[in-house]
Amino acid sequence: MTSGLLGHKLGMAQIFVQGGRMVPVTVIEAGPCRVAQVKTVERDGYAAVQLSFDEVPDRKLSKAAKGHFSKAQLPGFRHVREFRANGENQIGATVKADLFSKGEHVDVTGISKGKGFQGVMKRHHFHGGPRTHGSMFHRAPGSIGSSSSPSRVWKNMKMAGHMGSVRVTTQGLEVMEVRSEENLIFLRGSVPGSRGSVVMIQKSKKTASGDRHAKR
Amino acid sequence: MNRLERVQATLVKKHVPVFEIGDTVRVHVKVMEGEKERVQVFEGAVISRKGGRNTETFTVRKSSYGVWVERIFPVHSPVVEKVDVVRQGRVRRAKLYYLRTKKGKMTRVAEREYLAEGKPKTETVPVGAASEGVTAGV
Repeated sequence: MTSGLLGHKLGMAQIFVQGGRMVPVTVIEAGPCRVAQVKTVERDGYAAVQLSFDEVPDRKLSKAAKGHFSKAQLPGFRHVREFRANGENQIGATVKADLFSKGEHVDVTGISKGKGFQGVMKRHHFHGGPRTHGSMFHRAPGSIGSSSSPSRVWKNMKMAGHMGSVRVTTQGLEVMEVRSEENLIFLRGSVPGSRGSVVMIQKSKKTASGDRHAKR
Repeated sequence: MNRLERVQATLVKKHVPVFEIGDTVRVHVKVMEGEKERVQVFEGAVISRKGGRNTETFTVRKSSYGVWVERIFPVHSPVVEKVDVVRQGRVRRAKLYYLRTKKGKMTRVAEREYLAEGKPKTETVPVGAASEGVTAGV
């Protein structure tokens, strides 16, 4: 068993829960993943399970990747990612969406949507200046430091630049539904990344009290 | 249809209520009162239908003790038990938002006494049709 698995984000939908309340969900096509390698404390210094996902023909793989999969006697896969080991693991074993069940909480990691070069208002939530009343200061960052001392701009100053397209984890999402025969997982709320992007679903690090959507 | 649309197609009701814009409908809504569940009826004119697949909604407008009230229902919500067509309306647009600016007699929707060509013949017969002397589907 592993702590999670890989999947493709399909997009968002809405479902009705008991009492007729409408709930926004993200639909994820999770697995089936195959175990390509098992890392142990004795040999590798730490315990982990390497999962592979999204089968591809051999011609799309490098020789190195081909060798790696043939060692595990598996077909080629597009994505390979390491997860924490949970008990015994067999090379070639299949991990499916039924790893999770309804009511559990999970963390989802993905690559967020790229936003391009953005100003400080969008990128760092600066307030900006007044739009009217003769103001000539609208979306500019303003002062970025003091004068002769230190005579330079501090490191990590919040400024305009490239935004998005970074690894983001959303924590504590509730599993609303699992359709294991269709490899689908429905999670409450949104998940980083665009439709079709690869996401890692893992058991939630925080307890239910850290749930963003805890029942009030 | 892509994968997501196929998933959404599984989230719709088996029997989707049949009604059109301008129809006067009785929406049977499940209401929870403490422990008990009962059905409340919301009767008014359908002034819009929006969205597709499992996210479709419709707006019903009625006069409640002299105050105009609009309520938006998701078509596929389990709360909406059934929708009866009381009276079919003859309208020429898809959204009847203009009714909001009208008063008195102008707020009425003209009645449709026949089905236009190309309409499905399996239309539900209006509930109060007989008492109002309407023959639908002729």
